[in-house]
Amino acid sequence: MAGKTLFEKIWDKHVISNIDQGPSVLYIDRHLIHEVTSPQAFGGLKERGIKVRRPDKTVATPDHNIPTMDQHLPIHDELSRFQVNKLKENCNKHNIEMYGLTHPYNGIVHVIGPELGITQPGMTMVCGDSHTSTHGAFGSIAFGIGTSEVEMVLATQCLMQSKPKTMRINIEGELKKGVSSKDIILYIISQISTGGATGYFVEFAGSAIRALSMEARMTICNMSIEMGARGGMIAPDETTFEYVKGREFAPKNEEWEKALEEWKKLPSDSDAQFDKELTYKAEEIEPMITYGTNPGMGIGISNSIPKTEEIEKTSQKSFKKSLDYMGFNPGDPILGKNVDYVFVGSCTNGRIEDLRAFTQFVKGKKKADNITAWIVPGSKQVEKQAIEEGIKDTLEAAGFELRQPGCSACLAMNDDKIPEGNYAVSTTNRNFEGRQGPGARTMLASPLTAAAAAITGKISDPRDFL
Amino acid sequence: MPIEKFVTLESSCVPLPIENIDTDQIIPARFLKATTREGFGDNLFCDWRYDKKGKPRKDFVLNDPTYSGKILVAGENFGSGSSREHAAWALTGYGFKVIVSSFFADIFKSNALNNGLLPVQVTPGFLEELFNAIKDDSAIKVKVDLKNQIISVPSLSISEKFDINNYKKTCLLNGYDDIDYLLNMKEKIIAWEEKA
Ligand code: SF4
Repeated sequence: MAGKTLFEKIWDKHVISNIDQGPSVLYIDRHLIHEVTSPQAFGGLKERGIKVRRPDKTVATPDHNIPTMDQHLPIHDELSRFQVNKLKENCNKHNIEMYGLTHPYNGIVHVIGPELGITQPGMTMVCGDSHTSTHGAFGSIAFGIGTSEVEMVLATQCLMQSKPKTMRINIEGELKKGVSSKDIILYIISQISTGGATGYFVEFAGSAIRALSMEARMTICNMSIEMGARGGMIAPDETTFEYVKGREFAPKNEEWEKALEEWKKLPSDSDAQFDKELTYKAEEIEPMITYGTNPGMGIGISNSIPKTEEIEKTSQKSFKKSLDYMGFNPGDPILGKNVDYVFVGSCTNGRIEDLRAFTQFVKGKKKADNITAWIVPGSKQVEKQAIEEGIKDTLEAAGFELRQPGCSACLAMNDDKIPEGNYAVSTTNRNFEGRQGPGARTMLASPLTAAAAAITGKISDPRDFL
Repeated sequence: MPIEKFVTLESSCVPLPIENIDTDQIIPARFLKATTREGFGDNLFCDWRYDKKGKPRKDFVLNDPTYSGKILVAGENFGSGSSREHAAWALTGYGFKVIVSSFFADIFKSNALNNGLLPVQVTPGFLEELFNAIKDDSAIKVKVDLKNQIISVPSLSISEKFDINNYKKTCLLNGYDDIDYLLNMKEKIIAWEEKA
C-alpha cells in the first residue's frame, strides 16, 4: 500500500462517517468566527431552537468591519456597529470566547489564530472566510466555509465535506534577493491561473518552502484560495514547532511532548501519491506585481503587460475589460506606472515580519508626496510589538503612520476605501474590481515592492535599492 | 434552513458571458453589513448594474428587458473569491434558481447548493452553444432536469448531462438540509469525541 499524504493523514483521522456516494462527515477541531459571516448562522440556530454544541472549540473576533482609528470610541457607522454588537451578543449568549475591539488579543482572525497558538499541526480548522487556508501553514487542514456551514459547525461541530483531490507544488532552490514568499505565490497563480487548483487541496513543498519562516509560509497558504484550491498546507517541521511553542493556547509540558510526537508523524510519506504534482525553480521568480483584476494576472516587475495576441482567444474579451478597468494598455511596461496609495496589511501580509520588511526599506528615506499610505497591523499583538521594536517611530520619521488593526482596505468594508480611479499597491490578496472600494485599481505585491512604490511614488523594482 | 425542493425547471435565460466573475462582483463587500439573509437581491451585481448615482446602466444585462428568466448563464470560473454566502443569497434573492457555467469555484458551489440554487456545469462547447442560442432568440427556453441530470434546449434538440454529487441531489430533490442530517447523528459524534 502506498504511503499517505499529510492531507490524508489528518483527513482520515477526522472522518466520523462516509455517506455512500456523498460527502464525509468531518470533525472540526477549531472554529473561528467573525462578525460578517456569522449573524445569519446564529439566526438559524435560534430558529431551530438549539445551542452552540462546543463553545469551547469556538473563538470569535470582530475584524472585517471595524475602524482602524479611534477604536476606543463607539463605531460611528451604524450598520457596522450593529454587526459588531451582534457578534458580542451572540457570543455572550452561547458562551463563546470573543476578543473584542481593544482586547489585547483582537485582530484579523487568521493572524490571531496562529499567534495565540490556537492553530496547531494536525488539526481541522474552519472559518466563514476563504482565507482560512492561512492556517494550513502549520500542517493543518484549514479551509473557508459559507454561512450555512458555519451554522452546521456551530450546531454539531461537524461538517459535510467531499474529499478533495491532492496536489503538491514544489519550489526548489534558493530565492533571489528582494524576492519574498508573496512573490512565490503570485508567481504560482500567474502560472496556473485562478482556477488552476479548483477541486484540490495543495501541499507546498521543496527546499525553498522549507527555508521560509512561519510568517512567510502563512502568506503562501493564505493565497492558495486565489488559485481556486480548497486550501493549502505545509508539512510541520522544527520551524513550525519553534513558532508554536510557548504560545498562549499551545500545549504545555507533558502535553507538549505528546503533541510533538504526533506532529512529527504528519509529513507526507516518501511514497505518498498526489493526484497532481508541479515543480518550479525559486531562481526564476522575481518580484511580482498584478496588472489586472484577478490575482492570476501577475507578471515579474521588469516585464510588460501581455499583448492581446498573447492571450487565449476565448479570454481576450475579459482581458480587455480588465485592462480598461485598470486604465492600462496591452504591452505597457509596468515599471514607472503612477501610484496613489500604498496599503500594507491584511491576513496575507499584516504580520510583524511584513511590517519589519517594509520599515527596514523605508528607514532613513521619505514617503513620496503623491502617496497616501495606510500601514495596518494584523492584530493588537502585532501593533504592540511594532511599537516596542521602534517600527512605529521609524515609520513616522519617514512620513508614515501606523493605524490600528483590522481588515481595513483589504475589503474596504470600513472607511478605508481607495477612491475611484486611484492606483493602489497593496500587500493584500485580491485585486478584483471594486475590492478596495468602488472603482479602486489594485496592484498586488509584496511588502518590499509596496515600500519601493511608497518611496518613489511609482511602480519601482525593490531590488534597485537593496 | 430547509431548502425549497428542486425537480425540473424550464425557463428563459439571462446571459452574462464574462469569465472569472468573482463574489465581489456578485455582491460587493459594502453590502455585507446585514444580519439576516433577506434583501441581497437588490444589490446583485451592484457595481455593474448601477452607475455612481444609483441609476441603472443601460448596457448591463439585468437592466435589459430583452432578457429575463430564472437561469443565469455565465462565463467560465463563476463565483471565485470570497466565501461569502451572501453571493448565493443575492442570486436567489433576485430570483435565479440555476446558474450555468463551464466551471465553478468550490466554495461558491457548496454555498449555492446549501441554498437550493443549482450550479450546472457544462462543457465549454455547450456553453458556447447556449450563448449563441440566447443571442439568436432571447426568449428561448432551457430545461434543467435534476432527476435525470440533463440540461437541454428543447426547441433546438440539444442537451447535455451534468454531474452532481448524489447526496446533494437527494437533498435538493427532497428539500433536506445537511444540518438536520448531522443533528440526527449526535450520538455518533459524541461517541467519536470520547474515543478521540
Ligand atoms: S484581511 Fe482581507 S482577506 Fe484577510 S480576512 Fe480580512 S478581509 Fe479577508
